[in-house]
Order: sequence, then C-alpha cells, then structure tokens
Amino acid sequence: MDTLLSLLHGFTVAAEPSKLLFCLIGVFLGTAVGVLPGIGPALTVALLLPITFKLDPAGSLIMFAGIYYGGMYGGSTTAILLNAPGESASLATALEGSKMAKAGRGGPALATSAIGSFVAGLIATIGLAFLAPWLVEVAVKFGPWDYFALMIVAFVTVSATFGDSPLRGLTSLFLGITLGLVGIDKLTGQARLTFGVPELLNGVEVTTLAVGLFAVGEAFYVASKRFRDPEEIIPIKGSLWMTKQDWKRSWAPWLRGTAFGFPIGALPAGGAEVPTFLSYSTEKKLCKYPDEFGKGAIEGVAGPEAANNASAAGTLVPLLTLGLPTSATAAIMLAGFQQYGLNPGPLLFAEKPDLVWGLIASLFIANVMLVILNLPLIGLWVRLLAVPQPWLYAGILVFSTMGTLAVNGSPVELAQLFAFGFVGYLMRRYDYPVAPMVVGLILGPMAEQQLRRALQISLGDPMILLENPGSATLLGIAFIALVAPFVMKGLNRFKASED
Amino acid sequence: MMNETRKAGADKPALIVGVLLLIAAALVGYDASQQTITSNYGVGPTAVPYVVTAGLVILGLSHFVVAFREGLPVPEQADNNALLWIAGGLTFLVAWIAVGGGFTIAIAAIFACTARGMGRRAFLVDAAIGFALGLIIYLVFAKVLTLILPSGPLERLFL
Repeated sequence: MDTLLSLLHGFTVAAEPSKLLFCLIGVFLGTAVGVLPGIGPALTVALLLPITFKLDPAGSLIMFAGIYYGGMYGGSTTAILLNAPGESASLATALEGSKMAKAGRGGPALATSAIGSFVAGLIATIGLAFLAPWLVEVAVKFGPWDYFALMIVAFVTVSATFGDSPLRGLTSLFLGITLGLVGIDKLTGQARLTFGVPELLNGVEVTTLAVGLFAVGEAFYVASKRFRDPEEIIPIKGSLWMTKQDWKRSWAPWLRGTAFGFPIGALPAGGAEVPTFLSYSTEKKLCKYPDEFGKGAIEGVAGPEAANNASAAGTLVPLLTLGLPTSATAAIMLAGFQQYGLNPGPLLFAEKPDLVWGLIASLFIANVMLVILNLPLIGLWVRLLAVPQPWLYAGILVFSTMGTLAVNGSPVELAQLFAFGFVGYLMRRYDYPVAPMVVGLILGPMAEQQLRRALQISLGDPMILLENPGSATLLGIAFIALVAPFVMKGLNRFKASED
Repeated sequence: MMNETRKAGADKPALIVGVLLLIAAALVGYDASQQTITSNYGVGPTAVPYVVTAGLVILGLSHFVVAFREGLPVPEQADNNALLWIAGGLTFLVAWIAVGGGFTIAIAAIFACTARGMGRRAFLVDAAIGFALGLIIYLVFAKVLTLILPSGPLERLFL
C-alpha cells in the first residue's frame, strides 16, 4: 500500500509540465542516439552531464532515465534495418530482425520490438517500484562491510561480464581503480598520485573519463577503420502492422524475455547481453516453427527486445537502492546523481522521496511516450541514419570539448580528455572493455571508504569481513565469479585437447 | 595444438601492456611508500594503494603469460592518416585554450579536423560550420546558462 501511495505521489511530480518536457527530450534524444550506430545511451548521458549540472536535478535525472530507455528502443531499429546493432544489448535482435527486414517484414519486426519493449518496460518498471522499497529496507541494515563486499561483487561481475576476456576486463577495472586513487584522500587529507600537479588534487572527474573513453575514443576508433564497407539500410516494405498471427507468436516471447531481463538486470551481475541471448536461445527451442529461425522468426525479435528493455529497468534497482551501477549507462547515471550531491541508496528514498518516486513514475510515462514516438515516427528515425558520419563525429567531439570546458575550463582537464580518448581508442582496438574502467573510478573510492570504515569499527581486524554472514556470502559469490571463468576456460581446453 | 603456438616469439602488444601495467604498479607503490601520515588503527591511506599495486603486478605478469600464448586480438589495419587529423585537431585545441585563444576558433578547428579525418574533403566549409557552431554554443552558454566558456579576443566582442 505504501508503495502505491508513494508511486501515486511520484506521478504527481512526474506529471508537472517541466518534468514531462524533460522526459520527452530524454526519450527523443535517447531514441535518436539509439538509432545512430556507435552512439549509445552511456555516451549521451556522459555528454549531457556537464551541460545539465546547473539544471533542476529531478528533471535532469528524469531526462537521463528517458535517454536510457529510449536508447534501448532506438537500438533495435538499427539492429533490424542495418544489421548493425547500436549497442551490444541489441546484438541478439539483429540476428532475426535483419533477416525479417530482408524478407520484407521489417515493419512487423519493428512493431514487435517496440510493443515488446513497451510491455517489458512496463512490467519491469512495476517490478522496480515494488522491489525497490523492499530492498531499501534490507539495505538500511547493511554495515560498511556489507557495502564493501557488495562493491567487490560488482567489480568482479562487471569486469567478467563485459567483453570476452576476464583478464582484459580486470585490467580495465584496475586502471579505473588506480585513477580513483588520484587526489586528496578523504579521511586523512593526504594527496595521492598527484605528482605535484595542483589540478589533480580534486581527483579525476568521472565525466572527463567517461566522455574521453566513450565519445573521443569511439570517434578515434570509427575514424581508424572507416575503410569498411558502408552499411546498407534495408527499406521497410509492406505494412508496419503486425498480423494476428504475429501477435499470437509475440506475446509469450515478450513475457518470457521480461522474465529473463528484469532479474538478471537487477542482480549486481548486470549487463543486458546475457538475458538477450538467453531469451534468444529459449525462443529458438520453444518455437513452433524452428525452421524459420535463422530466416527471420518473429519470436527471435520479440523475446530479446523485451529482455533488453526489462534489464534496463532492472539495472535501476541496484542503482537506486544501493548506489551500485551494473551497466555502463547506470555508472554514468550514478555520476549524474553525484554531480547534484545526491547519493543513491536507502537514504535517498528517505530524504528525497519526491525525486526517487518522481523518477520511477516518469519511467512509466517515458515508456508510453516511447511507444507513441517509435511506431508512427519510424520513418523519421530511419532518415537519421543518413546524417554524414564525418559531421556526426565532428559534432560529438565538439560536444565533448564543450562539456569538459563548461565544468572545468583548464587545459589540464582538456589534456586528460584527449589522453583518455586515446586510451579508449587503444582499448577498443585490442578489445578491452571500457565500462569497467568507469565503474572502477566511481566505485573504487567508495569501496575504499567502506573498507576503512569497517576496519575502523573492528579496530583493524580484517576478519570482520568474513565474520558477518552478509559480507562473507557476498565475498564468496565474488570469489566464485572471479575464479569460474578461468576454471571453465581450463575445462574447455581440457576438452579440446581430448578431441 | 598448432593453433596454440604463435607464429614467432611473443605478442608485442601484450608485452607492452604488461610493461605499462608494471610501470603503473611501480608508480602507485612508490607514491604510497612516500606517504607520511598513517593511521593508528584501521587502515591508512596507503593500504588500498598497496593492494592496487599488487593487483596491477599480477595483471602485468598475466599479460606476459598471455603474450607467449594466444596474445591479444589482432586488430585490423588502422587508418593512421585519419587518426593523425583528429589527434592534430585535439592537440591544437588544448594548446589554443592554454594560450587563451578562445572557444570559437578551437571548436572550428576540431570540427574541421575531425570531419577531414573521417574522409570529408571540404576543409574550409567544415571550418565555417564549426565556427558558427562554436559561436552559437558560446553565446547560448553565456546568455542562457550564464556560464562563460574560455574567451579570447573574438569572444570578448560579444560579451
């Protein structure tokens, strides 16, 4: 009952005209960047952070959430019509979606992904609204040791789930943690790793790192391989509407996709790739027309697309209740909260109920806006793909420098942006995931603080981490998640050599 | 088994990453060893840096192992010309802002250089577009957001 009341109150906040406007801008921008290949919601929010820090916090956060949801909708359009997934979460959609488009069924493919996203987004947001208060009650009882252990879980899973190689993921994570050490230590006032450069005393800005890695790095990367064959847009032929048969074949995959996406998104294991591929393989198994798979089965679009959106809502659960980001976009959104001096977590629910519940309510509104924006306006979004790439990336670099200069006009900051951009390029080139680095920079200092607080309470005895059942369990999970990929790899090799 | 042995010797990129990680570890460890204040109880500001040092050393050594096994993924040929254009634009930008040259021309340069790097062949047109874009952004920030971006002689004309 409390939840319903809070949610209703949230709707009164979210329905204010200014908030609706922010929401609309968010979903519009989100869809646009979702459609453009190579530009994801994480990058967009990172670019907007510096511009929005003088605006109303609630409005900006609603806009960021709209971008997140919108990016998930828009990504499917590119995946289906270009066979070029805008972000890794729509890889699975591209498999069947592009085949459907080639077979002249692009319209129904887009429709099932938009409606599926809507259904999944709605269910998952309801899940978020009801799960969050409950988790908050659990989280209130968390001690610093529990938080520390939870962050270790996030560290491990984020670096193990992003990318192909746990070694490269962990390297990226540790680079981020190292950057997090730079600056004045909050507990003793000691300067660490500043090497006498006064601009470094405040530490490395999350936005500078994020914009550098995501935006500048991406621009370098795309420029470096522009000799690829240009992608071809498959024109939408035939009706946009789904037939009765399409509806019949879509609704169950939508629900199953949601059931995969939301819990996996909500776990600190995060990532939208896992549930989308789980959903894809499940639909392939359950499908009544298995021979259609690989040639454009509508189930293969409906399921993963729903899973994708549900997991986006799922990642907001740990973000809002624990302050724990489990996807790249969530990490940047956390930086967004922090720039307003807000710390997501149980306290935020108690201190700023307007903001939290307004944000959750706005997600419902964003979903409705998105399905309206996406279906009739699909032609507009497709035309967006015709923007010349040189201008697109030139514009991204203009925005990146503008944002950095707006926060902190020093050449040192700009040089950092440039350097991180080049690092981001090299990481992409050698297949190092960049998201763990951002997570490391954000969570590293938080984890250190919690650890030191825990050890102060225990008078320096590290066993406190293992004596508390909560933290002991979490550290156990982290250990298994860390070791499992290496053991599995060893097993695979063993199998391979037996053949 | 043939696949596991590399063509000749070690994978260079992996070796370089390994060396860089060890250098980073040395820097973090050295910095921590120079700290003067340490806590009486609990852990001080040096504990986590030492843990990070250990982590970086392990990762660096693992890269050496990888270098002699599968190596890093081999990337496709990069268009160095494009990279140089963009890097050049960014270098100019940092230098221009450092000497107090102002926002608009910096943006014009970065826009034109990036577009050139990505394959457009209309440098002056792009520079003009970038110039207009920079000026509009500067004015919007100054008048609407009351935030003054770096200003040079040109920008001061409009204030």
